[in-house]
Amino acid sequence: MILVWLMVILFAGGVGAWLAESSGAEHPRAVALAALLLDLFLVVLMLVAPDSMGLGAVDTVAQLGQRGDWLVLFQSDWIPRFGVSFIFGVDGLGLMLVALTVFLGLMALGAAWGEIHERSGFFYFNLLWTLAGVIGVFTALDLFLFFFFWEIMLIPMYFIIAIWGHENKEYAAMKFFIFTQVSGLLMLLSILLLVYFHYTSTNVLTFSYFQLLGTQLPASLGYWVMLGFFIAFATKLPAVPVHNWLPDAHSQAPTAGSVILAGVLLKTGAYGLIRFTIPLFPDASAQFAPIAMTLGAISILYTAKVAFGQSDLKRLIAYTSVSHMGFVLLGVYAWNAQALQGAVMTMLAHGFSAAALFMLAGGLQHRIHTRDMDQMGGFWGVAPQMAFMAMFFTVAAVGMPGLGNFVGEFLVLLGSFQVNHTITAFAALGLVVAAVYSLIVIQKVFFGKNRHNHRMADLSGMEFLCFSLMMIGLIWMGMYPQTMLDMAQPTLESLNVAFNP
Amino acid sequence: MSSAALIDLLQLILLTVTTVVVMVVAGFKRDHGLVNALTQCGLVAALFVFVFIEPTTPLQVTPLLIFDEYSLFFANLSIIGGIGVSAMAYPYFEKHHQYNEEFYLLVLCGTLGGVVMAASNHFVSFFIGMELVSISLYALIAYPLHSTRPAKAPLEAAVKYLIMSGIASAVLLFGMALVYAMAGSFEFRALAAATSSVEAGYQPVILVGYLLMLAGVAFKLSLVPFHMWTPDVYEGAPLPVTAFLATVSKAGMIAVSMRLLLNAQAFNFGEITVVLSLLAAASMLFGNLLALMQSNIKRMLAYSSIAHLGYLLVVVIAAAAVPDLLSVEGMSYYMAAYFLMSLGGFAVVSALSTADKELDHLLDFQGLFWRNPWLAAVMITVLLSLAGIPLTAGFIGKFYIFTTGVEGQLWFLLTMLIIGSAIGLYYYLRLIYTMLQDPNPALRDDPAKQSLPAGLNLVMAAMVLAILYLGVYPTPFIETLQSLAGAF
Repeated sequence: MILVWLMVILFAGGVGAWLAESSGAEHPRAVALAALLLDLFLVVLMLVAPDSMGLGAVDTVAQLGQRGDWLVLFQSDWIPRFGVSFIFGVDGLGLMLVALTVFLGLMALGAAWGEIHERSGFFYFNLLWTLAGVIGVFTALDLFLFFFFWEIMLIPMYFIIAIWGHENKEYAAMKFFIFTQVSGLLMLLSILLLVYFHYTSTNVLTFSYFQLLGTQLPASLGYWVMLGFFIAFATKLPAVPVHNWLPDAHSQAPTAGSVILAGVLLKTGAYGLIRFTIPLFPDASAQFAPIAMTLGAISILYTAKVAFGQSDLKRLIAYTSVSHMGFVLLGVYAWNAQALQGAVMTMLAHGFSAAALFMLAGGLQHRIHTRDMDQMGGFWGVAPQMAFMAMFFTVAAVGMPGLGNFVGEFLVLLGSFQVNHTITAFAALGLVVAAVYSLIVIQKVFFGKNRHNHRMADLSGMEFLCFSLMMIGLIWMGMYPQTMLDMAQPTLESLNVAFNP
Repeated sequence: MSSAALIDLLQLILLTVTTVVVMVVAGFKRDHGLVNALTQCGLVAALFVFVFIEPTTPLQVTPLLIFDEYSLFFANLSIIGGIGVSAMAYPYFEKHHQYNEEFYLLVLCGTLGGVVMAASNHFVSFFIGMELVSISLYALIAYPLHSTRPAKAPLEAAVKYLIMSGIASAVLLFGMALVYAMAGSFEFRALAAATSSVEAGYQPVILVGYLLMLAGVAFKLSLVPFHMWTPDVYEGAPLPVTAFLATVSKAGMIAVSMRLLLNAQAFNFGEITVVLSLLAAASMLFGNLLALMQSNIKRMLAYSSIAHLGYLLVVVIAAAAVPDLLSVEGMSYYMAAYFLMSLGGFAVVSALSTADKELDHLLDFQGLFWRNPWLAAVMITVLLSLAGIPLTAGFIGKFYIFTTGVEGQLWFLLTMLIIGSAIGLYYYLRLIYTMLQDPNPALRDDPAKQSLPAGLNLVMAAMVLAILYLGVYPTPFIETLQSLAGAF
């Protein structure tokens, strides 16, 4: 039930924030803050004391006949005609991603605190509803329900980009929506094919994840059905060649929107691959793994090169997001213990570092009204706190040991080396290119001369707080990743189906 | 005639009585408000009488009409369409002080035609119902004829519709004649036995008969390539009439066509499946492609309705391949969802318009979300439902189409469906985006700011709530549809 409460609080909070606008321009953000803090409390409760969630979870778990270490589970009928039911559940992986979502939601709120003043009620409504949709995606275990939330998280995000975005928002929002929607339709087709084949072989019509695991699909068809899922998640991840929506969407979205896009929405693609694509289609995935790993390596290198050529700061950071997610794709399809742990760590660490970088870029844009790096320079003297934070998070994105990204990327490379030497060698070059594109940002923006004589305010209290929290998170992940690795371990063990690449 | 038959006929009787009453009242005293109120009362009464009807035992009343759950469902849909159209017509024609009362007479006749088609089991009632709708439409489309400044070109649209619909009806009749010549009976169920017993040399005659009927039906349903009349007629007609065209005429037509195809077992002819597939694929593709270029909302909605009928046809085609009656269920669900979306969408555009000035251009909608959030919210819900986004009835409808397509293994059509939906997203989102933009500061006398009559607000609220309810918790409705399909 607590999972349902997580979403209900956000849905209700969104409506409340919208209505609160009429009573005061600053009320919506307070309502949104209250809703997110309440959710954070519930998530911490689940992290710290999962047994307190009630024996109900344990019973339901046994009834569904599933495997894996599920912490919380909720089930109820929805459309019995099609075998669709409400099944929400989290295990270690899901819980960490939900925690990431809520935490980054608070960070996005912090970013929007000083920035969004027009129509703020509707903004916070969309923000909270996007977060609720994402939590739904991370917890849904019925394929119809998963698809339902997959689509729901799109609309409020579309509104955020279309209303509060920057100069090219219509184009960016439209592209974002169409890419994700079309790939989603392919996923719907695959879901229906899977369910239909399950029905013809077992005479049970169901969309439940647990019952669909282990469906035997005829070999050729299984490959196509797996591809449907893969394309949908690869578009979200994003992987080359369906990554094209991301630079536009990220650079045109308002800061809070970018934080949620980069920090959370991209992880839904990776989660989908780990939870659904590979366990549901082990043979087809094993066949497809070399192609996927190659795409991952290409993502890492190609987008890093393109990032280096950007003069728009946010677009550069957007391309680096694609590059980092290439590591995740590589790790997931290597499918051994280290690579998967690495993929999970990269997802978490990238969530923090990318969110922070976007907040910095957004903060800069808010102050000097441009994203063009050629207009910037010498800001270390003008805003030293901001420069320090930028240096820290850039160094994190580079993969400096001691911070979370290093742990993730290292484990991915370690794991994928055991599977394919060549691809890993190329991917490892990505570490070098990462240094190049990251340091060019610092060079152009913070070092050098302040040619255009910009004067701007340093970090506000709210921004400083957000950055400090993310800094602590990255240091924790880098210095003591065992916490996260332990949480993810049971999931990854249970998912370790017979998949021998 | 037994009392059970009379009770089943109650909806038809009430509609006829309302028509006569309205005619007499209008003859004595021309009062727009009074006539509108009478029409609405009559329609609502005809709708609620359905609780007395016991459709679980199908009853054949005269060889022409059959009353079962299926006919009751579509009759109710037609009546709801009539209510919506009358509600829209009141503010639309309010300031137009020229002979408004006949409008309601024609709407009532058209609704009556829809109900007859829903209950039709026989070529004669099929034709009578269809012509009732078409002939009412000839006059309805031309409606504000004597206005000094008619909003669009109603006479042009009406003449186009008159001539083309007349030809389509003639082709349909020819098809019916050919089938009758071979089968020797007008009743749908008798055709099944007749088809198989006809000698092999005469089979092509029956097939040609079916195909000619399909051509006539495809015209009424505006499927590509019989769709050429749709955008011009939708644009030229007054908004309430466009709403009527998009909903009631289509619902009745598809109901009777489905009954014909299934009772006569027309799918035994493989050619029919092929022709229907081509119609469906072309409609899905071209309907969406052509809508991309439109900046007139009425034309955009016209092309979008062509595409939606294409989607619906996929479910009909699946009936050939799918042994259970999932396709009837899917078709009924999609028709209901399509009804809600069309009525809602046209209601919003109609709320902004009057007989003298229609606000149907894309730019008229700029910033509607900030000028009148209620209207924009209704329109956004309708557009998202048309696009097939979850939380709306349109999504469950799309889901039904995908499910029947997968079960029937109609891969080509499903590919067309995905391509069509992808293209469709663009123009729906473009309208949503326009509504979200900042309003035009040069706008004076904003029609969006005026208050709307309660009837229209009620209709819009009902549509939105129904779309959201069916999207989130469709189970009770689906159960109704399952028993409906089972009765077939």
